[in-house]
Amino acid sequence: MNLPVLKAADFASDQDVRWCPGCGDYSILAQMKKVLPELGVPREKTVFISGIGCSSRFPYYMNTYGMHSIHGRAPTFATGLKSTRPDLMVWVITGDGDALSIGGNHFIHCLRRNLDINIVLFNNRIYGLTKGQYSPTSSEGQVTKSTPMGSIDHPLHPLSVALAAEATFVARSIDAHVKHLGETLKRAAEHKGTSLVEVYQNCNVFNDGAMAYAQERKQRAENVVELEHGKPLIFGTNNDKAVRLVGNHLEVVNVADVPADDLLIHDEKEMNPSIQMMLARMRYPEMPEPIGVLRAVQGIATYNDQINDQVTAAKAKKGEGDLQALFNSGDTWEVA
Amino acid sequence: MTASPTTSKDVQTVSGITVRLAGDSGDGMQLLGTQLTNTSALAGNDVATFPDFPAEIRAPRGTRAGVSGFQVRFASEEIFTPGDHLDALVVMNPAAMVTNLGDLRKGGILIANEDGFNEKEFKLAKVESNPLDASVIEEVYRVIKVPMTALTREAVAAHGLSQKIADRCKNFFAMGLVYWLFGRSLEPTLRFIEDKFGKKPDIAAANISALRAGWAFGETTEAFGESYQVEAADLVKGTYRNMMGNQALAWGLVAASKLSDKDMFYGTYPITPASDILHEVTRFKNFGVRTFQAEDEIAAVCATIGAAFGGTMAVTASSGPGIALKAEAMGLGMMLELPMIVINVQRGGPSTGLPTKTEQSDLLQCMFGRNGESPLPILAPRSPGDCFDIAVEAWRLAVECMCPVLILSDGYIANGSEPWKIPDVSKLPKIVIKHPEGGESDAPFMPYARDENLARPWAIPGTQGLMHRLGGLEKEDGTGNVSYDPANHQHMTDTRAAKVSRIAERIPDQDVYGETSGDVLVISWGGTYGSCHTAVRNCRNAGHSVSHAHLRYINPLPKNLGELMRGFNKVIVPELNMGQLRMLLRAKYLVDCIGVNKVQGKPFAVSELFEAIESHVSTAKDGKSKADVRNKAG
Ligand SMILES: Cc1ncc(C[n+]2csc(CCOP(=O)(O)OP(=O)(O)O)c2C)c(N)n1
Ligand code: SF4
Repeated sequence: MNLPVLKAADFASDQDVRWCPGCGDYSILAQMKKVLPELGVPREKTVFISGIGCSSRFPYYMNTYGMHSIHGRAPTFATGLKSTRPDLMVWVITGDGDALSIGGNHFIHCLRRNLDINIVLFNNRIYGLTKGQYSPTSSEGQVTKSTPMGSIDHPLHPLSVALAAEATFVARSIDAHVKHLGETLKRAAEHKGTSLVEVYQNCNVFNDGAMAYAQERKQRAENVVELEHGKPLIFGTNNDKAVRLVGNHLEVVNVADVPADDLLIHDEKEMNPSIQMMLARMRYPEMPEPIGVLRAVQGIATYNDQINDQVTAAKAKKGEGDLQALFNSGDTWEVA
Repeated sequence: MTASPTTSKDVQTVSGITVRLAGDSGDGMQLLGTQLTNTSALAGNDVATFPDFPAEIRAPRGTRAGVSGFQVRFASEEIFTPGDHLDALVVMNPAAMVTNLGDLRKGGILIANEDGFNEKEFKLAKVESNPLDASVIEEVYRVIKVPMTALTREAVAAHGLSQKIADRCKNFFAMGLVYWLFGRSLEPTLRFIEDKFGKKPDIAAANISALRAGWAFGETTEAFGESYQVEAADLVKGTYRNMMGNQALAWGLVAASKLSDKDMFYGTYPITPASDILHEVTRFKNFGVRTFQAEDEIAAVCATIGAAFGGTMAVTASSGPGIALKAEAMGLGMMLELPMIVINVQRGGPSTGLPTKTEQSDLLQCMFGRNGESPLPILAPRSPGDCFDIAVEAWRLAVECMCPVLILSDGYIANGSEPWKIPDVSKLPKIVIKHPEGGESDAPFMPYARDENLARPWAIPGTQGLMHRLGGLEKEDGTGNVSYDPANHQHMTDTRAAKVSRIAERIPDQDVYGETSGDVLVISWGGTYGSCHTAVRNCRNAGHSVSHAHLRYINPLPKNLGELMRGFNKVIVPELNMGQLRMLLRAKYLVDCIGVNKVQGKPFAVSELFEAIESHVSTAKDGKSKADVRNKAG
C-alpha cells in the first residue's frame, strides 16, 4: 500500500493553541507532531484522549481523532476504546494532578492491565489550569496559593508508582530536551503494552524553574543521567561521573576512581523491577535524575488482546451467538 | 430416571397458591424457591416471585437477621404480583417462623422443620420458648411439624456422606414435601440436580434421595389428607420460559446488540442488585460481548463512553450509590452526544441504605443528578419480562438521539420472575445504525450537524476525513469546536433538551387500563406495576370508577398524559419513595396528585393499595370539580 507521506504540519488541527507563552506544553506538542509521521499510523487511526488540565487541551490541537474527557479519567476512556478498537493507536495525555491525584486509581489499574496505549504525563509539579495550587508531585514545603506555609504532603513519584504497578514500559523525558523527548515518545509508541512517559514540563506561570536543574542545558549534564540499555550510567559535563550499585543502594562515583566493571549497567529489559525502582528513586540534588527508558519489558499479554481473544475463543468453542437458540435453551413450555 | 410418582390421596383443585419458604441464609431457600418457580412455570401456571435476602452474606446463623425467604405465587389465572398473604409457609427454624408468620393467612398451612426448633435456636432467634408450642398457633393455622433433619439423615444414610453434608440435603427434603403438597413434578428438579452435581455423583444421589423422601413423607404422613392442584393458566399462545428481571435485561441487551449488528461492551463495577446482569452478559462472549469489570463505577462508565466513541454498543449498570459516582461522566456522555445505556437497578437508599431491599427512590437522582442542564431519556421496565423490551427500546432511542439513555429497574423486578413468551427473533425490528463514511473530501466535517431527531452523526475513529475532537467543554453547533459564546450555549442547551423532549413524538401515547376519565386515575411506574394493576382491578370489580396508567417512559412523559390526568377527579400516585414522580407530575402538569408512599424495603401489598385507593374514591365522587378546573393554570 502506498501511504501518503505525512509531515508534522499535517497533524496540526485548525484550532488556536492557547497555552501561556513559554509553557513547556508547546515543545511536547511539537515533538508529538514530529514523531507521529515517523510511526506510519494514519491520522484517522490515531486517537488522543485527555483528562482535564492545561496539558489536557492537547487533543484539540491535533488533527486526529480526540477526546477531552473529565478530570483524571482519561485512562478509562482509553480502556473502553482500545478494548473494542484494538486497531487504533491511542495516546493518553494527562497532567500530574490529573493522573496522580483524582485519577490515581485509574492510573494504577491501567498500568497493571497493560492495555496497549501510550500515556504521556506532563509533570509540572503544580496545578496549572486551576491557577497554582500544589499538586501530588510538588515538593515538600512548596509555597503555593493553597499552601502559604508550605506543602506538608510528601510528594508522589510517578515512575515509582508505575513500577510498583508493574508497568511494562516506564520512561522519563524533558520538554526542553527535544531530541530526547522525540526519541522517547517514539519508543513508547512502539512498545506493546501500556507505556508511561513522564515529561518534566515547565509551567512558567505558576511554577517557573521548578525543574530547571534538569531542563536547563547548562545544569542538565550534572543533574541528569541519560539511560541507555546495556550501557553504564555515566553523566557529568565531562562524562566524568557514574552510578554504581553498592549493597542495596546506588551511589555516585568518579569514573576515574573505579574499575569499569564496577559501574552499574542499565538493563531496561530486566523483569525484576528492583534496580529500575532504585533508578526511579534517584532524586536531585542527592543524585542525578535518570531520563530515558527505565523499563521496557516484552511478552506480557495486553488487556486489549486478551479481552478480544476471549471473544474469539468463545466463538470458536460455542459458535457465533444465536439469539433464538439462546432463548429456547433450558426449560421451556408450550401454551397451545 | 424414573418419572414423577403420582399421589393416591385426594387432590383439591385451587386457582392459585402463595407459598413462602424461609430459613437461615445457609439453608438453600433461594435454590428451593427458584426450583419451585421453574417447576410451576413448566406446569403452565402463571408465576410471580419475591425473593428476600438478608443484607449480610452470612448473618449469624439462626438469627432473625439471617433469615432468607423466597415467595412464589403460582396460579391458573393471570397474576401480576407474588401475592399479599401466604397460603403456606415453610420454616426451617424459629427465627424464620417468627419473622414470617405474620404474613400467613388464617387457616394457612405452616410446615416447620421440627429439628430446627431447640433451645439453642430459641436463644439465637431471641424467643422465650418454642413458638410452635403456643396454643394459639394451632388454633389459627394448620401446623405440620416435620423432623426434616432426622428424616433427611435417614434418607441419605446409604450414601455414606459426612453428617454436615448430609444435613445440607434437607432443603431438597423440604422441596420434595412441597412438591407433593402442590402436585409438582419432580422431573425438572431431578434434571437440575444431575446438571449441578454431575461431577459429584454421591452428592447428586443424596439430594435425589432427600427429594424423593420429602415427597414420600407427604404421601404417607397422616398430617396431610389431601394435596392441591393448580391448573395451567390461560396465557397467550406461544413458547414460554421463566424469566428473571436482571436476566431479561441481559438478554434484551444482547438482542439489541444483534438487532443493531453491533458488538457490545459492558463496563461495570459489582454492586447489589445489579451484579447479576454482569454475570449473565459475560456468558455471551460468543455474541461479541466484551465485559469490563472496572476498578470503580467511574472507570466503568468512562470506559463505556470510550467504547461508544469507538462505535460499539456500550452499556454500564449499577445501583444508586454507583450511579452517584457516574454522574459526572453521564454529563460528559450527554455533552459528547454518544449513544449508550446506563442501567440503575435501584435499591433502598440513601448511601448504602438497604442493599438487598427494593425502593424506587433514585428517580430524581436520574432526572436531575448531574451538574448543569442535563436532561436524559429515562425508561422504566414494569416487570421482569418487560426488562427485555425496555433494554431493546433503550438502545433504539440511544442511537436515534445519540445520547445516553437511562433504564430505571429495581431490586424487586431484578430478582423477581415471571413466564416470558419467547419472541420470534426474525420478527424483532432491526435497529438501523449508520456511521458516516468519510473519504478524502476537503470539506470540513461537521460533528455536530443534526438530523431530524436532532441527533449528530456518529463518526467513528478510523474513518478517513472525519477527524474530530469531542470534549466536555461547550461546543459550537455544527463544527463542534469549543465555544464560550453565550448565545451558542443557550442554543445548545435548548437543543439538547429538545432532542430529549421530542422523543415524546415517537413513543406510544399513554395507555389506560379502564376508562379515560372518571373518579380516580392511578399513575404508577416501574416495579409497582403488578400491585397497582391488581389493586385497580379489584377496585373496578368493587364497582369503583378507577383507572390505571402505568408509565414505562418517564423522560419524556407520553404526550397525552396531562390531558389524561385532567380527565379524573383525583390522581393517585403510589411509589416506593416519598413522592418523586408525584413531584414531577405536579410540576409539569400543575395537576394535584395524591401520593401513596412507603420506603420499607418491601413492595406494595395489593391490599394496602386497594385500601388507599378506595379511601379516595368517595371523596373523588363528591369532588365538585375536575382536576383541570382546580388547576386552571395548567
Ligand atoms: C471533578 C473535577 N474536579 C476539579 C476540577 C478542577 N481542575 C481542573 S484541572 C485541575 C488540576 C490540573 O492539574 P494538572 O493535572 O497538574 O494539569 P496542568 O493544568 O498543570 O497541566 C483541577 C483541580 C475539575 N475540572 N473537575
Ligand atoms: S498555566 Fe502553566 S501549564 Fe498552564 S498553560 Fe500556562 S504555563 Fe502552561
